[in-house]
Amino acid sequence: MVEWSPLWLTLKLSFLTTLILFCVAIPLANWLSKEKTIPRTFVEVIVSMPLVLPPSVIGFYLLLAFSPAGALGGMLEKWFDIRLVFSFGGLLIASIIYSLPFMVHPIQSGLASLPSSLKEAAYSLGKSERQTLFGVLLPNIKPFLFTGVILTFAHTIGEFGIVLMIGGNIPGKTRTASIAIYDEVEAFNYPAANRYALTLLTISFIMLFLLYLYNRRLARINVIQ
Amino acid sequence: MMLHVDCRFEQGKFIAVYGPSGAGKTSILRMLAGFMNPDEGYIRMDNESWFDSGKRIHVKPQHRKIGFVFQDYALFPHMNVRENISFALKKNESAEIVEELMHVTGLTGLAARNIQTLSGGQKQRVALARAIASKPSILLLDEPLSAIDQNMRVQLQHTLEEVHKRYKLTSILVSHNMEEIIRLSDFVIHLEEGQVRQISAPVSFFRDHNSAPEITGQVVSIEKNPDGSCTFILLNNRIIKIYSDNDGQQVEVGEKVGIVYKNDVAKIRKL
Repeated sequence: MVEWSPLWLTLKLSFLTTLILFCVAIPLANWLSKEKTIPRTFVEVIVSMPLVLPPSVIGFYLLLAFSPAGALGGMLEKWFDIRLVFSFGGLLIASIIYSLPFMVHPIQSGLASLPSSLKEAAYSLGKSERQTLFGVLLPNIKPFLFTGVILTFAHTIGEFGIVLMIGGNIPGKTRTASIAIYDEVEAFNYPAANRYALTLLTISFIMLFLLYLYNRRLARINVIQ
Repeated sequence: MMLHVDCRFEQGKFIAVYGPSGAGKTSILRMLAGFMNPDEGYIRMDNESWFDSGKRIHVKPQHRKIGFVFQDYALFPHMNVRENISFALKKNESAEIVEELMHVTGLTGLAARNIQTLSGGQKQRVALARAIASKPSILLLDEPLSAIDQNMRVQLQHTLEEVHKRYKLTSILVSHNMEEIIRLSDFVIHLEEGQVRQISAPVSFFRDHNSAPEITGQVVSIEKNPDGSCTFILLNNRIIKIYSDNDGQQVEVGEKVGIVYKNDVAKIRKL
């Protein structure tokens, strides 16, 4: 019998991570796409770190930060009665940090691909930076936005190391499908592991298939036009 | 290269900026629009300071009341013709001017058309209508007709002329095209290596600069008088007559010659 809570938790984590990252990444990518300065390069490196670091490194430092013995964790617990370590909230924050480049990079590339005259034309018509971003720039980089959403969702579904380090393995709370697979394999319960694995594999395949299908369709429309 | 410009433009005039590539023509427009900052100096419009390095004033492009027409049109691909022009309107502003501009620029039948399906000339009409819909006090045109074929170019020059007069605009046009400059502008600023070389009326400017390509023809007859001679030249299926005094170059019947126009006088030059 398959327990549904790890799958449900995985989908909830992926959905929330994608939603929050979408809102955070748009202004961040817009800021990063402007003229290169030292602070921008610094932030760009920070955003890209999860691409090269093992999840255990980020997980380790987040664990230290969130721990009630640490400065941040201690402050959160003392003032707000919030404990992030081994909780869904902590898992979500870790997941957002770990998937940041998967949402920011496609949006940043999309904004960089637009000619600067598009932005300048909107400014010359009296539109603010915000009106220009939402009214002109974002509607013209839809494929990049879609890519960011799908990659972030699919990547969060597959997270393992960071989830294990920050969330522990608490059933119904922080035990996601990828951890459940590991648990079932440890217990030699291969049929259950297979059911979780097959579900994740199917979801990831469908998502990437939709992404490629959408981008292919868009490329064809552009050719016709 | 250092760009150094010191000019005053009268309201309602049509000014052309002419010069070789890299002279700084587009930079002038971009500085006026606020897309680029001069290192020092000031830009004033109707006694309102748009830029002043001394007083650290830099008015954002959004607040400068400019209309900018780009060489690459810069139309918004996700909007149709009407939506592109309407984008210039302020919140709750009447769309009456959009319909009027579409009529003036000959776009009425294309209102619902997708931008990607338009020709270069049609795209530039949309760009022009959109720039004027925001009711600018100054219209900046950055080589707007350079990517458009000759027939459409003439039609668009006519539209530009009409729009400039109708909406009482002050317009600044960057162009390489002599015909366009003579037809549209009140005076021309000659820019070279970042310096203003001359400001003059377009006809006298091009006349003095002799930048028109030389015309060549064949001498078919010469009549000599005591004061000079009269040479008949076959040119483009027509015969033209040029008077010259005796100290001019001696040419013979049947010879191919060039005709140079300088200081209001046409002269024959041996090839």
